[in-house]
Amino acid sequence: HNSPTFLFVYGLNKLSSESGTDLFGYVGIEAVLDQMRSKTMKAGFEFNIMVVGQSGLGKSTLVNTLFKSKVSRKSCTPNYEEKISKTVKLHTVSHVIEEKGVKMKLTVIDTPGFGDQINNENCWEPILKYVNEQYEKYLREELHVNRKRRIPDSRVHCCIYFLPATGHRLRPIDVEFLKRLGKIVSIVPIIAKADTLTIEERQEFKERIRQDLAANGIHVYPQKEYDEDPEERILNDRIRESIPFAVVGTDKEHQVNGNKVLGRKTKWGIIEVENVAHCEFANLRDLLIRSHLQDLKDVTHNIHYETYRVRRLNESNMDFSELGLSTWLLENGTADKWESESHL
Amino acid sequence: RELLPSLTSAALYHTTIGFRSDKGVRPLSLAGHVGFDSLPDQLVNKSICQGFCFNILCIGETGIGKSTLMDTLFNTNFENFESSHFEPQVKLRAQTYDLQESNVRLRLTVVNTVGFGDQMNKQESYQPVVDYIDRQFESYLQEELKIKRSLHNYHDSRVHACLYFISPSGHSLKSLDLVTMKKLDSKVNIIPVIAKADTISKSELHKFKIKIMSELVSNGVQIYQFPLDDETVAKVNTTMNGHLPFAVVGSTEEVSVGNKMVKARQYPWGVVQVENENHCDFVKLREMLICVNMEDLREQTHTRHYELYRRCKLEEMGFKDTGPESKPVSLQQTYEAKRQEFLVELQKREDEMRQMFVQRVKEKESELKEAERELQSRFEQLKRLHADEKAALEEKKRLLDEDQSSFSKRRAAAQLLQAQSLTANGKKDKDRKK
Repeated sequence: HNSPTFLFVYGLNKLSSESGTDLFGYVGIEAVLDQMRSKTMKAGFEFNIMVVGQSGLGKSTLVNTLFKSKVSRKSCTPNYEEKISKTVKLHTVSHVIEEKGVKMKLTVIDTPGFGDQINNENCWEPILKYVNEQYEKYLREELHVNRKRRIPDSRVHCCIYFLPATGHRLRPIDVEFLKRLGKIVSIVPIIAKADTLTIEERQEFKERIRQDLAANGIHVYPQKEYDEDPEERILNDRIRESIPFAVVGTDKEHQVNGNKVLGRKTKWGIIEVENVAHCEFANLRDLLIRSHLQDLKDVTHNIHYETYRVRRLNESNMDFSELGLSTWLLENGTADKWESESHL
Repeated sequence: RELLPSLTSAALYHTTIGFRSDKGVRPLSLAGHVGFDSLPDQLVNKSICQGFCFNILCIGETGIGKSTLMDTLFNTNFENFESSHFEPQVKLRAQTYDLQESNVRLRLTVVNTVGFGDQMNKQESYQPVVDYIDRQFESYLQEELKIKRSLHNYHDSRVHACLYFISPSGHSLKSLDLVTMKKLDSKVNIIPVIAKADTISKSELHKFKIKIMSELVSNGVQIYQFPLDDETVAKVNTTMNGHLPFAVVGSTEEVSVGNKMVKARQYPWGVVQVENENHCDFVKLREMLICVNMEDLREQTHTRHYELYRRCKLEEMGFKDTGPESKPVSLQQTYEAKRQEFLVELQKREDEMRQMFVQRVKEKESELKEAERELQSRFEQLKRLHADEKAALEEKKRLLDEDQSSFSKRRAAAQLLQAQSLTANGKKDKDRKK
């Protein structure tokens, strides 16, 4: 508690910073970190994650594995039947989960029907519409005169895009979707059911995907232009080198070497989901939850939402600085009149 | 050095939500360790990278010890100079400093009133303070309403805490104090402190505190209450709420007491130790202001005082959330309506001006025509006069000519007569001579 307090005089008096007035003693500024921590723990967190991909790629299983509970729509709707729907419909399911006193409201947005039809043109439209609708909802709340203390956040913080493990390249539907949605939401592409690829095949596939992404000008999360400082850049570069993550999902446990592990049992062995030598599920989980969850939310709020807001306000020609001017004119209009008269 | 961006309260509060009463959301239990318990740490780490911002406003008479208390509170010398007692008006002086303690960076802005309580007529003394606070809210509001805005980089200058320095008279609050605090209590978190508390004895202090608190209550002044909703700090906050207003003593000089150097004031009759809880409430103030409630002060400023200002400002400009039939009206619709109104008004003004211009031109034209006509008639008049004169002169000339001709006729006749008479006389002469 006796950490010294240093003073850097800002702006005005440059001279005094040389005279080095640093008196040592305890002030207690670092206690603000604990204050912040306890306030946020009390308030809880919100996280909205969207999963996009053709049926049968393991979306629900992956989400359940990520959050170690039955969060997907499949698991919570009784009498669920896997039907191929005629259009892309979005379903949202929300849960409250708690870990070590930290409460999180997790919303999973599922997109059944994506890419399942014979003609998949414009299958991204409903998804695009949904994402923009959430931004619109938030914007309206923010513009209210009487605002809520905490605006409910239903904006999509992260979109996991499931690529089938073909081993070749990105398909046209992938390119179209990633191009369009990459501009408005943070996308994390993953290779689904990656246990069908050997390690070499996986590396080549990833390389080709990265090339395709670069060739099409698609920026997935973490976007290079939003790196704030060199440290973050180094960290994110490492992540960028290994996307898309090759994942395997399961909710079944098996015994391996006396330990219970999450895995898929096959005749030729057990694929351990959380073993980084087998698949990259652990990397994905660490990225999404343990290290970058807050960052995902910040990027959504500070960048994607702001972009939407700028576009929206420009569309409706809303310039509030105009308003400030207008009220002044309306009040002081009479002055103008007499002035102009004298000039005549 | 580049500017250190600071975390605004807004970014923090947009990431959290209280969802106890959400319907349709069921709680789930986890089958293993997921890892989102690191979320508060992720948030805290981001804040550390961005730094914190804290703005304190000190209101008090000249010489009451505002600068000294700030120096003591933050353990530094803020390079303040003494103000004169002859300021014609109350002014506010704001200075910003960057402090660092271990890995926490704080951008502290200290705003002092200059010349408060010095004037003869103190009726308007509170106004510059209210204006300053409103200006900070206004610039935040402007930034928030901008189309292209950068709120997370915005240097939040809104006043988070207001320390009101009460003179240690020992009796009661001055009317200036009551008036000022009443004007400020809905705009800022007020924490009243009794300055130079070493001039009051312990028993007098106790009575003084009670008197002050009862006066505040009876006048309806809402001072900042340390929050009681968080269990971890509720207990200490409740105790502290009972010690308000804090009786403080400030000093940056060190005096050796026992075998330690402590911050104190040395008198011939003893040493008043600043950090000794038996001597004054300085430690309590530091605890409450910084260690326990800094975050809450920032939050209250943003969610209560700023929202109130924003709501009033927008309503003043004519925005509301519900239209005439109590149907929800979006800001956009109201804005469009206002804009149309404004454009129509502008057009009306323009037309009015144009009409007025045309009218004036017509007036001027007719004026000029009138003048022309006048000129014309005068010209005619003059012309006539001139003609008349000319005729008269002609007449005169004619008469003169006539005169002249008659005169010459007569002269001719006379000459003839004379000549005739001469010849007659000559004849007579000739006749005589013969």
